Amino acid sequence: MKLARDTWLVLQRQVLLMWRTPIWIVVGITQPVFYLLLFAPLLKKVLAPMGATSYAEAYQIYVPGLLAVLCIFGGLYTGFSLLGELKAGIIERSRVTPVSRLALLLGRALREMLGLVVQAVIIMLVALPFGLRVEPLSLLLAFVLLALLALMASALSYGIALALPNDAAMAPVVNTVAQPIGLLSGVLLPLALAPVWLQEVAKWNPFYWAVEGMRALFSGHPGDRVVWQGLLIVVVMTTAAVFCSARLFSARIR
Amino acid sequence: MIETKGLRKSYPAKRGRTVVDAVRGIDLDVRAGEIFGFLGPNGAGKTTTLRMLATLIRPDGGAALIAGADLLADPAGVRRRIGYVAQGGGTADAVTGREELVLQARMYGSRKAEARQRAADAVEAFDLAEFADRPCSTYSGGQRRRIDIALGVIHAPEVLFLDEPTVGLDPVSRGQVWAEIRRLRTGGMTVVVTTHYLDEADALCDRVAIVDHGRVVVEGTPEALKREISGDVVLLGLAAGQAGPAADALRGQPSLHRLEPGEEGLRLYLDDGAAAIPQLLSVLNGAGIVPGTVQLQRPSLDDVFLARTGRSIEQS
Repeated sequence: MKLARDTWLVLQRQVLLMWRTPIWIVVGITQPVFYLLLFAPLLKKVLAPMGATSYAEAYQIYVPGLLAVLCIFGGLYTGFSLLGELKAGIIERSRVTPVSRLALLLGRALREMLGLVVQAVIIMLVALPFGLRVEPLSLLLAFVLLALLALMASALSYGIALALPNDAAMAPVVNTVAQPIGLLSGVLLPLALAPVWLQEVAKWNPFYWAVEGMRALFSGHPGDRVVWQGLLIVVVMTTAAVFCSARLFSARIR
Repeated sequence: MIETKGLRKSYPAKRGRTVVDAVRGIDLDVRAGEIFGFLGPNGAGKTTTLRMLATLIRPDGGAALIAGADLLADPAGVRRRIGYVAQGGGTADAVTGREELVLQARMYGSRKAEARQRAADAVEAFDLAEFADRPCSTYSGGQRRRIDIALGVIHAPEVLFLDEPTVGLDPVSRGQVWAEIRRLRTGGMTVVVTTHYLDEADALCDRVAIVDHGRVVVEGTPEALKREISGDVVLLGLAAGQAGPAADALRGQPSLHRLEPGEEGLRLYLDDGAAAIPQLLSVLNGAGIVPGTVQLQRPSLDDVFLARTGRSIEQS
């Protein structure tokens, strides 16, 4: 199928470009590892009210949030690379070829997803010595969720990049979008610690459900209601985000 | 090879509701196997026209047939038949020219082995071997341009569009780019270039459309266009305030066709400039005017533009 072939073509090139820019990989790996090593030790005491008595339990609560925030924020910032490619004429060069327009978008979003999933794997590996253990099935589901989050956030970010009339507006807009999403999904600390009104507000944030689902998976409850709820919400939102960005992409960039 | 009728495009202006008409109705007939040039000052609508023909922007109105494919009804068909090289190129810094060539061929649908072969052929044909396996970030302006053009024709299109192909190049690279374009024409390709360089339009193009304010002002071979400006051009360098009296004195001279105020004096259009100069000087002497300098020139495409629009390309 042409779409699959073209997407694969774009993805391959995007991965090659990432591979050739090692600074990108270094930053992408060190940042989350710092979070894990320098921030997580504070957590044992903070999370005690939630029943965390050991590092392993604290990590079970913290790591899924960290992974989710990594994928959401990492994805949201990827629009900047699209702006760069637009400016360099790379997108335009592709557009005069018969390559699928959707593939130009999907290939890039999938590269972002791949990069973020690799970062998530590294974090999991670093967390192992601290006693974090997750069952294989739950882990698999958690990574499906993460991959979808990354894809959704990237698609959203491309949409923002395409919709804004001015490149300079990208940074403030993304920051303004990312901050409440992050705070209201309880990514760094569970919202179970929050007052009731804040929990009620958070329920309107789809990312909150994704993070709750991740936590249930990490604490060994793959059958929990929030798991399939989170998955369902994320699947719907990812589809919508990809669809909207693709529409914008083909309208703006024929 | 390319036929357009009334091609139009306007953009909303930055603020307010006013509309900028970038292209106001362009009719063209580009023949197969020729180098066709759009000549005009910056902002004349050349690039917009080229981008419309290359399917990058949708025209507001009009019609175009490119290599037999309808621009509005079948943009995908147009894309298969054309190549397009933007003014800024479009290579990624971290990959090599050869990698870009392979990717480009694959985007046009070639399988892996075929794409590699096409890239190898392009490296050979465009003489890129010296730098094709280095990252694009290391290229000089001329090298980058040659890769850009090789990318534009990797699928052997019938028509190639080049937007300002030699902007910012040194004279040697410029000559190389011209040679490549001529070589492509010899191979049977139709090439359309935009340029605001008079000498480029004159030396490179078989036919030229002079564009101003989104319209084709005049079209023809450079020779025919210049022949319209009959005879020669004589430039008189005059002191400030003397241009008016000199023009009054010279009007009515039998050899003089037209007279335009120039930068530092007058531009006179005459049948046989060399023979007319002594007579002109004696007339001016009679009026008490002594020109600082006198130059005799063959008419250029700028004189054509000046005659049609009242402005000079180089000044607009």
